[in-house]
Amino acid sequence: MAFEIIESCVNCYACEPLCPNQAIYAASPHFMIAEEKCTECIGDHIDAQCVSICPIEGAILDEMGVALNAPGSLTGIPPELLAKIDQQGTAAVL
Amino acid sequence: MELPVLNASQDSAPQGGCASHSCGSTDDQMDHLPESIRQKIYNHPCYSEQAHHYFARMHVAVAPACNIQCNYCNRKYDCANESRPGVVSEVMSPEQAVKKVMAVAATIPQMTVLGIAGPGDPLANPERTFQTFRELSEKAPDIKLCVSTNGLTLPDCVDELAKHNIDHVTITINCVDPDVGAKIYPWIFWKNQRLRGREAAEILIAQQQKGLEMLTARGILVKVNSVMIPGVNDEHLAEVSRVVKAKGAFLHNVMPLIAEAEHGTYYGVMGQRGPTHEELQKLQDACAGDMNMMRHCRQCRADAVGLLGEDRGQEFTMDKIEAMEIDYEAAMVKRAEVHAQIERELAIKEQAKTAKAELIAIQGLKSDKSATRPVLMAVATKGGGVINEHFGHASEFLIYEASPEGVRFIGHRKTTPYCEGGDTCGDGESALDQTLRILKGCEVVLCSKVGYEPWQPLEAAGIAPNGEHAMEPIEEAVAAVYEEMRSAGKLVEATETAQKAA
Repeated sequence: MAFEIIESCVNCYACEPLCPNQAIYAASPHFMIAEEKCTECIGDHIDAQCVSICPIEGAILDEMGVALNAPGSLTGIPPELLAKIDQQGTAAVL
Repeated sequence: MELPVLNASQDSAPQGGCASHSCGSTDDQMDHLPESIRQKIYNHPCYSEQAHHYFARMHVAVAPACNIQCNYCNRKYDCANESRPGVVSEVMSPEQAVKKVMAVAATIPQMTVLGIAGPGDPLANPERTFQTFRELSEKAPDIKLCVSTNGLTLPDCVDELAKHNIDHVTITINCVDPDVGAKIYPWIFWKNQRLRGREAAEILIAQQQKGLEMLTARGILVKVNSVMIPGVNDEHLAEVSRVVKAKGAFLHNVMPLIAEAEHGTYYGVMGQRGPTHEELQKLQDACAGDMNMMRHCRQCRADAVGLLGEDRGQEFTMDKIEAMEIDYEAAMVKRAEVHAQIERELAIKEQAKTAKAELIAIQGLKSDKSATRPVLMAVATKGGGVINEHFGHASEFLIYEASPEGVRFIGHRKTTPYCEGGDTCGDGESALDQTLRILKGCEVVLCSKVGYEPWQPLEAAGIAPNGEHAMEPIEEAVAAVYEEMRSAGKLVEATETAQKAA
């Protein structure tokens, strides 16, 4: 039972001080979660803290590899539009 | 007729529209402030329009974390080529930041102010932010410290801010109505939860207002920044201006929304437009009836270095700073000399202006002022309050309005320099088109020199190029050109418009 931070992390430090288990640490090229320390905040908080402050959609995954902040859930930008922009660039889409 | 450079006699200011006490040029922007505040801001380039020609500022990017999301911000910041809030090239540790500040202070003695502005929210990174302030107040006591924040955790930080002798705080307040806020802020992080919608906006607004009250109660100066978002909060910002003034904010800075699709922000991608220059000016004028307005903001990066409008950040990258040996004791002596020299210059200018205003008052030259219409003029300057930039080298133009009331600073407009110098100008043609577009509404462009090539297109666009006032003080030159236009009979045809405006 542990979350994972992936390469889309922007190294903003927001999650690091919130972790009740000090499981999150600065690393290169991005922050990491120490698997053996992560409890997904169960017993400490209603919501997982790193997931609740992370500004980047898809940067934190659950143990099944599913994004905990789904595309569009934080910025409000429709996921279809985001996917199109990622594929074709802004100029082609807008 | 000699025109007053300043709106010296406030009692004769027109009613409605733009009251002279709050949006005239330079000094009268500050004239109505208590002496204690003027003393605090006379050398702060972000707070005093006059100071921004002479004194420089810098930001250090020690605060990457944020506790809210704004629809005009993309948290995947990091671009060396863009200049706008929230963008930086490298986030640094407090130790690195202190080193950088001292290196810059020693190299650019006019640098008087260090701000922490992001790229996240400084008060969402309290340890990093306050460690930087703590060390700087010990090692470099001659630098003013200031901070900007979204306000969410401000009430908890007021004691700590007061401790570090930070006497300037900027709060970004885009609304006082949670329904408006829900359209600007998709979420906040509050008491261990991500909250959304109206509920989130309500908490953010309450915290901002509480923080503002707590700061002003302690005598800490508060400037309020607002982003003008057409169709979202544009009509609401006059109300914001009234509320924050009532609570003691001393300056309101209404900035235009920056939203380009390629920035990847919600507003950018969704096609939300920013305001036009005219819309921005109209709103600033509307707020000015209630509030002291700031018009010279350049919306700089969270790691900007130098005079407003310039960024010398590339001279102070971490590897370059590591190689510098700084003797700060010696630097402080040099800095004090430079500051004293600038102060003497400012004092002389002040005296000259007062003398001139008195002369004008005695001669009663304001009597025939109703006859001429106001004119917008663009000015190319590198700083120092004089016209000293070539037309083709200017990356921005300052906009002044000349009218029978005097000369007032309106704002600045950015462009791509038409010609970077040398014989060939590459795609100079399209850069010129851009400059012509951003100068729309101006009838004169004053610069130290204008080349042959742009001359005709400028004239064809109704903008008279003028290189005759090179190295002259901006406001005096603008007044002189206005007088020339008046004598030539160019200002009478639209008298009706002028009367309507008055």
